Amino acid sequence: MIKLLEARGVGKRFGGLTALSDVSLSINKGEVYGLIGPNGAGKTTFFNVLTGAYIPDDGEFVFNGTELPTGKPHLVVKQGIARTFQNIRLFGQLTALENVMAGHHIRTKAGLWGILTQSKHAIEEERLTTERAFELLKYVGIERFAHTICKSLSYGDQRRLEIARALASEPQLLALDEPAAGMNATETSQLKVLIEQIRHDGITVLLIEHDVKLVMGLCDRVAVLDFGKKIAEDVPAVVQKNEAVISAYLGGPKHAH
Amino acid sequence: MNELIEAVPYLGKRHPRLTKWLIIIVALVAPLIAAYFGRSWMRILDFALLYMMLALGLNLVVGFAGLLDLGYIAFYAVGAYTWAFLASPHFGVHMPFWIVLPLGAAFAALAGIILGFPVLRLRGDYLAIVTLGFGEIVRIFMNNLNHPVNITNGPQGINALDSLNLFGWNLAQSLSFGDFKIHYLYLYYYFFLLCVVGSIVFIKRLQISRVGRAWAAMRDDELAAKAIGINVRNMKLLAFSLGATFGGVAGGLFGSFQGFVSPESFSLMESIAVLTMVVFGGMGNIAGAIVGALILTALPEILRNIALPVQEALFGTVILDPEVLRMLLLSLAMILMMLLRPAGLVPAHARYSRPELLKGGA
Repeated sequence: MIKLLEARGVGKRFGGLTALSDVSLSINKGEVYGLIGPNGAGKTTFFNVLTGAYIPDDGEFVFNGTELPTGKPHLVVKQGIARTFQNIRLFGQLTALENVMAGHHIRTKAGLWGILTQSKHAIEEERLTTERAFELLKYVGIERFAHTICKSLSYGDQRRLEIARALASEPQLLALDEPAAGMNATETSQLKVLIEQIRHDGITVLLIEHDVKLVMGLCDRVAVLDFGKKIAEDVPAVVQKNEAVISAYLGGPKHAH
Repeated sequence: MNELIEAVPYLGKRHPRLTKWLIIIVALVAPLIAAYFGRSWMRILDFALLYMMLALGLNLVVGFAGLLDLGYIAFYAVGAYTWAFLASPHFGVHMPFWIVLPLGAAFAALAGIILGFPVLRLRGDYLAIVTLGFGEIVRIFMNNLNHPVNITNGPQGINALDSLNLFGWNLAQSLSFGDFKIHYLYLYYYFFLLCVVGSIVFIKRLQISRVGRAWAAMRDDELAAKAIGINVRNMKLLAFSLGATFGGVAGGLFGSFQGFVSPESFSLMESIAVLTMVVFGGMGNIAGAIVGALILTALPEILRNIALPVQEALFGTVILDPEVLRMLLLSLAMILMMLLRPAGLVPAHARYSRPELLKGGA
């Protein structure tokens, strides 16, 4: 198996609070990798450090054999990592189509001169971007809302749109931060189908999720974070029976605070 | 153009083609109508066009990129003083417009970047305060750079600026064909109109490109914009410098038209006036900036022309000075606007893509 992403001893502190300490894990190409843990365990912090939103205090990420830049989100996207957010963050005044087109920004090159003179290359690039964005909307199943302002989409569709926008940057690794949060059972099962499709199409998925059923049914491997430390990493069935994981979730002698 | 057509009430939606021709015809014959009411109205029209350019440029910064800039007039000043330095007897330099205007634009763009760097991390109120300070700094420099070396001639300003000379054709001299004379104010009007149309075309092209989308993305959610791979720093600097470019060109034209520049023309009130035009018309769309600039330049003049005689007729003297009245009416217009149409006169339908590029799609 080929390692796509490797975290080596990643640590992040906010003042006196240790959000992540010495987290090491590796994600293989083509798998769905789950990251779970109780609230405040450091899952989202891990995402933020990985995608360059925060600068880690210790450790590093190796992606495709090269070290990832820290603190430069757009360069991380360029390397091939795209993310979504726990609380949906779309571009409110843009249509669904334009949101996805904006997601393609890093893969386009047209400069000021080309845009102002409407050079052949710029127009062709724009046409490809538009078509590709529409394809992605079809892919996640919301193409009928292509020209709707994204704010007026339903919650579930906004989640899908955010995934389409992330896919538009042509990632190798798609990091989803609680994609099923706030979804009902039907929407969640549709989401599961979508994520399986994404994996099938060769994109590795890193998934933070609270919905245990979704995680257990979808992930090839799962890592569990608790108080910023990795306490387990294995296939879902094994992790489910892990003593430390059970006590982290339900409270146990080791965690009597 | 489509936005402008839709902005016309009633007709715009029903007869877009007719409206389009109407707009073009009105734009072309406007100075003739204005001339009927007197020279001063032609002058006002010319200024309205300059303000349109300013509003278009500021709209790019505030409306598209979401960066509240309260010192925009500084770029206008940079453009105007560039013209004053390079095309007036002040230093005895008289360069042609095709050197001075681009230079003014370039200096303004540079000033935009100089302003942009320190404010990259600021947002909202903080950004507004710093840009406000920047505008004042530029004005105060112009006011005081006459000592120990006289560069700007201080508060007296610089006189006798060269007029626009298009390759030997001086726009400040009326054209005459025998008995038939075309007043110079017409010439300036059509030249400014050309500049405004050019600005609209450029800005529209930017708006529906990857750059326009990146600006809109950054404005709507900066964190998400970073996370999808937009280099927010570069995009902000680009917005500041491009916005400033329009200010710089308008400033140069202002200098040539007015023939005189002084720091007084570039006060904070002017920055606010241009921002008011953008907000009044509707932030984030081109039609809004144009309509806002036109109305807010013309309306105070119309009211002034009415208010003076009315006051004299009623009270025998002028109680409220027109300048005071102008501010009063401006603020009143803003308050009414915020209450009745908070999104502006022409609420943004701004699009950032060209759906027609889709083959058969939707």
